This record gives sequence, C-alpha cells and structure tokens, in this order.
Amino acid sequence: MKIMDKTKQKNALMIAFPIEAGNFKDAGEASSKIKSRLLQLGFQGPLIRRVAIATYEAEMNLVIHSEGGIIKAEINPGSVIILVTDVGPGISDLNKAMQEGFSTAPEHVREMGFGAGMGLPNMCSCASEFFIDSEIGKGTTIKMLIS
Amino acid sequence: MSSYFHSVTLDKDLCKGCTNCIKRCPTEAIRVREGKAKIIDERCIDCGECIRICPHHAKLALTDTLDSIRKYKYPVALPAPSLYAQFNSKVTINYILTGLLELGFYRVEEVARGAEFVSRAINEFFQKSSFPKPAISSACPAVLRLIQVKFPELINQVVPFRSPMETAALLARKTMEKEGYPPEQIGIFFISPCAAKLTAVKNPLGMSQSFVDGVIGFSTIFGALRDKVKKMQEVSELQKSTVAGVSWAVIGGESSLISGIRRLSVDGIANVSKVLEEVVMGKLKEVDFIEGLACTGGCVGGPLTVENSFMAKERINSLVKTGSKHGAKFLDDLDWQNLMWDKEVQPLGVLRLDEDMATAIQKMEDMENLHKNLPGLDCGSCGAPTCRALAEDIVRGQADEVDCVFKLREKVTELAEKMVAISSKMPPSIGEKE
Ligand SMILES: Nc1ncnc2c1ncn2[C@@H]1O[C@H](COP(=O)(O)OP(=O)(O)OP(=O)(O)O)[C@@H](O)[C@H]1O
Ligand code: SF4
Ligand SMILES: [Mg+2]
Repeated sequence: MKIMDKTKQKNALMIAFPIEAGNFKDAGEASSKIKSRLLQLGFQGPLIRRVAIATYEAEMNLVIHSEGGIIKAEINPGSVIILVTDVGPGISDLNKAMQEGFSTAPEHVREMGFGAGMGLPNMCSCASEFFIDSEIGKGTTIKMLIS
Repeated sequence: MSSYFHSVTLDKDLCKGCTNCIKRCPTEAIRVREGKAKIIDERCIDCGECIRICPHHAKLALTDTLDSIRKYKYPVALPAPSLYAQFNSKVTINYILTGLLELGFYRVEEVARGAEFVSRAINEFFQKSSFPKPAISSACPAVLRLIQVKFPELINQVVPFRSPMETAALLARKTMEKEGYPPEQIGIFFISPCAAKLTAVKNPLGMSQSFVDGVIGFSTIFGALRDKVKKMQEVSELQKSTVAGVSWAVIGGESSLISGIRRLSVDGIANVSKVLEEVVMGKLKEVDFIEGLACTGGCVGGPLTVENSFMAKERINSLVKTGSKHGAKFLDDLDWQNLMWDKEVQPLGVLRLDEDMATAIQKMEDMENLHKNLPGLDCGSCGAPTCRALAEDIVRGQADEVDCVFKLREKVTELAEKMVAISSKMPPSIGEKE
C-alpha cells in the first residue's frame, strides 16, 4: 500500500506542531523537537538525520512559501511518517517545483540563505516514499515515509 | 551504582538542594532528590557548567593530587597551553615549565606541541581524504560526549584524531621508552583546565587506550607552582612549543591553523549544542569545519582555571603575537596517520525511554499526556529541570505526578472537598428525615 492511502496505525504516536507563516525566529523548532523525540524512542542516527533534514525543509517551506500550516509526525516502531499540510496558496506547477534549483523565493528570503530550490528535492531523497499534492487556493499536502 | 565513571561529583554536605544546576545542565543530567542534587552519571558530559553555577561550591571535579606523581619514578608533566595564561605576562613559559620540574616532575612535554602535530595531521587529512561536511573537531572531550549522548547522528562527522593531550602523551612516552626508561616507571600527568579531560583519560573515546596516567587540575597545582615561580633563581630553556600550539588555548585557535576552508568557531556548551542542532538539520551546508569548545573563550575558560577567562584570553593572544612561529616537525616515526583514532565511537542511547521501541512509543504517549496536564512553568520545584523532564521521570518510574507542587495542591484540594462532602453526611440512624 502506498503511503498516500495509509491511515494511522494502531498504537502509533502522533505529535503535531502548528507552523506560522513568516516566523523565521522560531523556524526549525518543530523539526528539532521531532528529532529529540526520535532519539528518546531509540531510533538510529542515520534515520534521525533523514527525518531532521526532511522535516526542516518542510518547515522552512511552510514559513517561507505558505500561509501557515501544520507538521504532524506519526511514529511507529522503525518508521516515521511526516505529514505536512498548509492552508494555501498552493503550488501551480508541481513538476517545476520538484526540480532541483527551481525557486520562487523572494529576494529578502534569498538574502537569508534560502531559495536554492533544493528543499523539495532534498525531502524526496530523504524519504523512502514521497507524496505531494497541491491545489491553488486550497493548499499543499506532503506525506513522507522514512524507514 | 552506575558503572560509568565521570569526573564531576557532588559534595553532599555543601549541597543545599537549590535548583540552579538542574536548569543549567545541557543534557538534563541532574535532579534534586531528598534535598540534594543527584547526577545521572551516564548522561553527564563533564562540561563543568554545574561547577560554575553552583553558589555553594558543592560541585567538584575529581582529579589527582600532586602527591600521586610519587607513584612513578619518572613523572612527566603535560601542561595544557591554557596554563600559560594563569600567570601574569612577566612569567614566561619557561618559568612555568621550570616550576613544574621543581615541583617534582622529571620532564615536561608541552601539550601545545602536541597541538601542533594535530594541526598538521588535520591539514593533511583534509587534503588527502574526502569527509562528510561540516567536519567537527574532536579536541574538546565534553563536546565529544555531547555528540555521543545527544547527537549520535553526527558521530561520523567528527575528525577522527587524538587530542593534543593524547598526542603529547604519545610523544613523551615514545621518546622516553626509546631512551631506555622502563615503561612502568613513566607516569604521564596532564595539567588540566577541566574535568572533562580526566573522564577522557578514564573512558577514552576513539582510542582503545589512553597514554595519560593521571590528571591534575590547575586549581590543585596553582598555589605550589606560583610559589616555585616566585622564588625561582635559574630558569631553564625548556619551551619547544610555538604560537601555533599555544593558540589552541583559546577559541578559534585550532581552526585558524587549518587552511583553505570555511570554518566556524563556537564556544560555550549551550552554543555548541545549538550549532550542532543546525548541522543535523542540514542548515550549515557552507561550512567545512566546526571547532566547538565547551567553555566560554575556549580552554582558558575551563572550570578548573584560576584566572578569569577574558584576562587569560588576552594573555594567550599576546603570547601568540610575540612568540616563535616555527611549526613542529613530525618525528620520523610519528606519521599523521598514527594520530588517527583506532576505535569507533559508539552512540550511547542513554536518553532512550525503553530498550523496546514499541514500549518506548507507549511511554512517550503517556509522557505527552502527563506533560499536557502539568502547569508548564518549568519551575524546578519538583527537582526536574522542566515539566517535560518530570513527565519523563514519571514514565521512567523515577518520579510521581504529585512531585509537582501544583499537582499536589490540586490533589489536596480534591481530597479536602471530598472530606467536606463526607463529613456533611450523617448516618441514617441520626440524620433527619427530609
Ligand atoms: N508549502 C508551499 N506552498 C506554496 N509553494 C511552495 C510550498 N513549498 C514549496 N513551494 C514552491 O516550490 C518551490 C520549490 O521549493 P523548494 O523547497 O524546493 O525550494 P525553495 O524553498 O524555493 O528553496 P530552498 O528550499 O532551497 O531554500 C518554492 O520556491 C515555492 O515556489
Ligand atoms: S573547552 Fe577545553 S577546558 Fe573546556 S571542557 Fe573542553 S577541553 Fe576542557
Ligand atoms: Mg524550501
């Protein structure tokens, strides 16, 4: 079964963090908290690393490109599903957005070191399974399985 | 009792059970129980934060005494370069080294010189091998332990080299053994600014064996050494180190010696922790090398130093400005590869809630629920540094919900209300009929 069809497993631990648009000061906190929980649960270094990178990229995209959203982690023994949803504006051309180097980040964000257009490709390479869907005016959903 | 040895300990008689230290600990390794602080040994990284913060001086570093050098016929002193900054600028390095001999050491081998070898080795290593970036310095044992405890995902990014202390010890031992001294009569003593180094000697990371036999803190030796220096008649020319090695005593020294890369120097254990966090998230892609030192200002800010770290930093900087610049030559039999670690550093897993992941997940679920019901003030009255840490202690079976004063009050109120309710009930034989 593909991750996009999966529903929450029994006994899975769900944790959720709301992410505010434009809040650069606290950006990275959700990823950091998820990471430290995984360490307490006994996950191995390489997996924690992949989750940390993927979640951080997703978190930054919510801060930079979205109107706000939420990051949820569903934790099962040996695997983690990261679910990222936002309330808009949505991505018009998903194929383009997934390309390395494609970015619509405005100048002031690039000055902070973002906007290389590597976020989505990075998430994709960290995830064992990656799913993205987006609708203009509605928002974007990303689901990643990391195992 | 736990089997993990580390240097920082508590003097129970001095501890008043205040909560200063629990808040300061970067790995949440301290709790207050029955009015006294208690260190969770496996979590301690010996950074010395609690030694610095304790207003009652109840936190100590276990180190060796000066008398312990008498166990060996040929004791060797390995002074850390930060020792040079504990004296005023009229006291040259040669005074200090001569003073150490007068205290009973048979020889001195400067750790600054070891540092010069390590610098060379790191430079060659960067040129000859590809390495995951950013590479992280292995010089500070407290930072190394922090990585092992809190950032196991970064272990493979640590530059796998012996510390300057171990390199100096290796140098001293090899040289003396070659000259025919019986190995068991040579005792190598590091003169240390910190607690972490003693732990690094007893539980070496990355090495199957330490070449150091004892660790003496600056604060232990300073008085006696100062007396010798004051009364000194004749000063021997013992210094072999150059500014390169001496500069390792302050933050930025190590990384300034690596050429052609982008480097970041970070001091203070909380800052190091923050930066490592960013490394894990892939934030610091432009950086090639991170020098992280647990103490503010670098080793000159070590918890066992006697001079304030700012003055000490100034002294190292002026030594570096005026000192000799000739770098150390590798001895014929000390190739840079000989300085590499011979053992892998293993992740510790000391923060795990349970050996079994499914059980750990269940415990974390309980912990999240408990945490939601705690007041979120992180007041520390329960003896844990944060409400979250109390929730964790509860699921580990080491604390109780009513350890929280607010929870206790709630429970007492509940009970009191129940008692009022019960006391208003009369037995039917006495009570009035409605
Ligand atoms: N949640 C989102 N909402 C709207 N648009 C998004 C969202 N996430 C990504 N995008 C769009 O997709 C593009 C590519 O995203 P990606 O994360 O790969 O690069 P970036 O964020 O621009 O730069 P980098 O991640 O390297 O800093 C973005 O520039 C943006 O136009
Ligand atoms: S910075 Fe230096 S003095 Fe401080 S803990 Fe690390 S090695 Fe010891
Ligand atoms: Mg991005």
